[in-house]
Amino acid sequence: MKPILSIRDLHVSFGQAAAEKEVVHGVSFDLGVGEVLAIVGESGSGKSVTALSSNRLIDYAGGRITSGKIELLRADGSVLDVTSAGKQELTGIRGAEIGVIFQEPMTSLNPVLTIGAQIEESFRLHRGLTGKQAQAAARDALERVRIPDAERRLKATPNQLSGGMLQRVMIAMALACNPRLLIADEPTTALDVTVQAQIMALLAELKRETGMSMIFISHDIGLVAGIADRVMVMQDGRVVEQGELSQILDKPQHPYTQHLLHAVPHFSSGTAARTDGARTTAPLPKPTLEVDDLVVRYPLKGGWFSKPVGAVHAVDGVAFDLMPGETLAIVGESGSGKSTTARAVLGLVSPTRGAFSVEAQAARPGQSRLPVQMVFQNPYASLNPRLNVEQLLAEPVIATGQPIDAAVRARMAALLKRVGLPEDSLARYPHQFSGGQRQRLCIARALMLNPSVVVLDEAVSALDVSVQARVLELLVDLQHEYGLAYLFISHDMAVVERIAHRVAVMYAGQIVEIGDAKSVLSDPQHPYTRKLIAAVPTIDRRNQHFELDTRQVPSLVRSVGFEPPAAKWLQHGADHKVRAEA
Amino acid sequence: MNYVIRRLKAFPLVLIGVSVVVFVAIRLVPGDSITAMLGTEAGLLTPQQRDSLAIYFGIDQPWPIQYWRWFTGLFSGDLGISVTYGKPVLTVILERFPLTLELALLSMLIALSIGVPAGVFAATRNERPADLGVRIAAMIGQSTPSFVVGLILIYILSAGFGVLPTMGIFTPFWQDPLENLSQMILPAVTLGCAFAASVTRVSRSAMLDVLSDDYVRTARSKGASERSVIWRHALPNALVPVVTLSGIEFGYLLGGAVIVEQIYALPGLGRMVLEAILQRDYALVQGAVLFIALNFMIVNLLVDLAYAALDPRIRLEGR
Repeated sequence: MKPILSIRDLHVSFGQAAAEKEVVHGVSFDLGVGEVLAIVGESGSGKSVTALSSNRLIDYAGGRITSGKIELLRADGSVLDVTSAGKQELTGIRGAEIGVIFQEPMTSLNPVLTIGAQIEESFRLHRGLTGKQAQAAARDALERVRIPDAERRLKATPNQLSGGMLQRVMIAMALACNPRLLIADEPTTALDVTVQAQIMALLAELKRETGMSMIFISHDIGLVAGIADRVMVMQDGRVVEQGELSQILDKPQHPYTQHLLHAVPHFSSGTAARTDGARTTAPLPKPTLEVDDLVVRYPLKGGWFSKPVGAVHAVDGVAFDLMPGETLAIVGESGSGKSTTARAVLGLVSPTRGAFSVEAQAARPGQSRLPVQMVFQNPYASLNPRLNVEQLLAEPVIATGQPIDAAVRARMAALLKRVGLPEDSLARYPHQFSGGQRQRLCIARALMLNPSVVVLDEAVSALDVSVQARVLELLVDLQHEYGLAYLFISHDMAVVERIAHRVAVMYAGQIVEIGDAKSVLSDPQHPYTRKLIAAVPTIDRRNQHFELDTRQVPSLVRSVGFEPPAAKWLQHGADHKVRAEA
Repeated sequence: MNYVIRRLKAFPLVLIGVSVVVFVAIRLVPGDSITAMLGTEAGLLTPQQRDSLAIYFGIDQPWPIQYWRWFTGLFSGDLGISVTYGKPVLTVILERFPLTLELALLSMLIALSIGVPAGVFAATRNERPADLGVRIAAMIGQSTPSFVVGLILIYILSAGFGVLPTMGIFTPFWQDPLENLSQMILPAVTLGCAFAASVTRVSRSAMLDVLSDDYVRTARSKGASERSVIWRHALPNALVPVVTLSGIEFGYLLGGAVIVEQIYALPGLGRMVLEAILQRDYALVQGAVLFIALNFMIVNLLVDLAYAALDPRIRLEGR
């Protein structure tokens, strides 16, 4: 049978004339009818560029197909040469024959138009439907992606829906006119892990229903394991390996594929958890950080006189302690209160109540009175672009009122070397570094004051998978060297497994389960933890089926004066306790 | 609705602040209204005559008492009597205001109907010759003073077509629309030129930003035509900065456009305020400034309401 999409020796360039730079160098593949091809690679590998060349959306991103052939088998059996097609033909296939889902559902929908208007547009463009008919079609499309209460959602604007709901809307839109090919460009990267599992389950179900072909782009080889028939691995604009799913996963030939499969963090249900924990030695040392009954509430005001009508209980009664040289990972989904907890520890939000005690290590030269430092998620946004590296590293020292002397400069040089940055970095500016290097810079900056606790808020989430692995290694080494305690906030279970000694699972502002990483990850007790862990895509569990679940997270808004009942904890093993649900 | 009421609650406070500042400021200028009104003849007045005039205009009292009298008068709509016109201040202002309002509306209409399409056009041809042309034109429009534009327009009309812009007595729109428009069109174009240039530049850069947004890519991936992508998906998102700019410009125009009114001999608010200041017509200056401040606040409120109408993410309630 003829393939639905056939790409031969595709070359794509960006930029004009002299500054032209080729980013895809001769990619070839065939996609059979009803087949799912996963394109796997890191950022800059050319995976999105390749896929978006098939409907020439790449033209609008500044790209140009310089040579090669793209043939699309149309619904009527004719073959369209996409590289030479005219504007009219291209708008005719976009949406009708090739649908696309993008990475960021929050920004990929037009903020000023209603959901309904945006879905109806596809029907108007390709089916000629108008008015009531288009409306009914849009409602059906929403119901098809299992959005509850579809009729009402049609009138909503994107800001009123959650990320997972928006991604369903995107899918509804992309599939509105039953395209025979769907391009999914990292469709779940911006979503929480349980939402990701639901979107993946939905895509698999829709694929079964319609028999469409799919190109699934991802950096996560574990994720594609559950959906792909074939895998194509790309690196630096070239295909390094392609073949059947099982062949790529079980017998990878190319070193880069092997690297992706083995060097990169994959979740393995606690078997890869660290064993160098601080709690193995008795007697226990004094904790570096103790948090007791931390509560953060944001009052809600309303009415004529702005009187309080309730409060958002962002963090409710969180308690934990952190030993020197130990990593406590706080995991949870967006809105669970994990970042608020971190920000309260840093003093960036003032807690409604709660006690902290930060035990400074024995005074060493350069020790500050603020033994807590932080590294944030986005290395691009957390370095001031106007300051060079020397000034950036001097910031924390200046903030504590110390002079910049020879000792400080020596420390800068030593730390840069330690985090693996070139010696001549001091005079350079942040934009001259890659994402991974910038995060190393953030780590060096956090260590300038010789802290005892470092709060890492999604510190590796924005990095490419292999960079992620190297930064994690660096963090572990630094922890041993300086006896640092890490408070590691993350939604990524694979990363957590690699770095955590202990794990605290947060749900709706409360810790529901806390304990030894191996125990929590391999033998979760709380229903939420179980759901969370079941949702993590893994290569080992690729054939498991994930149930669709559209239940909403409980609201965090409470009436004035509401106090949650005191938590009852069930002990499960030496260092593992679970909140008992009422 | 709650939001509008809350905003309106703040109006009196601002107006009191403005009134105090302007009350003091105008009195800090040397000279008094009687001398300014009568010129050299003021020297002929006997001290008694001067005093009785001062009593008549209410400027014999100490400042705080003058202010208090004027302030309490505000509540009954009494802004005092204009020394120069011999009429109530409110009457004088309301006679001048329709012209100023019409001028402001017309020039905004001209600015938006030229500026927005030009900006969109340039943005879709980013860095190509057409874009460059629009940008140069906008730069010229913005940097040419309005009196130059005005004089050139008058010259073209009189030298090229042998007609002079109708000056003299201003005809309100509701009396004779055609006559009114023929009087207003040139001043409106003169003011609209620079305004249109600013609108062009702002809408071009806003459009450029929006055109690289993700949802524009989504619209294209659905197979929407370029026209629909630009006008339906991108433009509404690019309008917020244009509304901001238009609001500010419109607010200024409501305060009167002194130079343009002077060139075309139009009896608008701008010239009135200028003359009132020169004549030390305290009551009129105070009243006019208060009126202009009120206009500004109303325009600002309308701009905020327009934001909310344009972009559902902007929620006014509960802010």
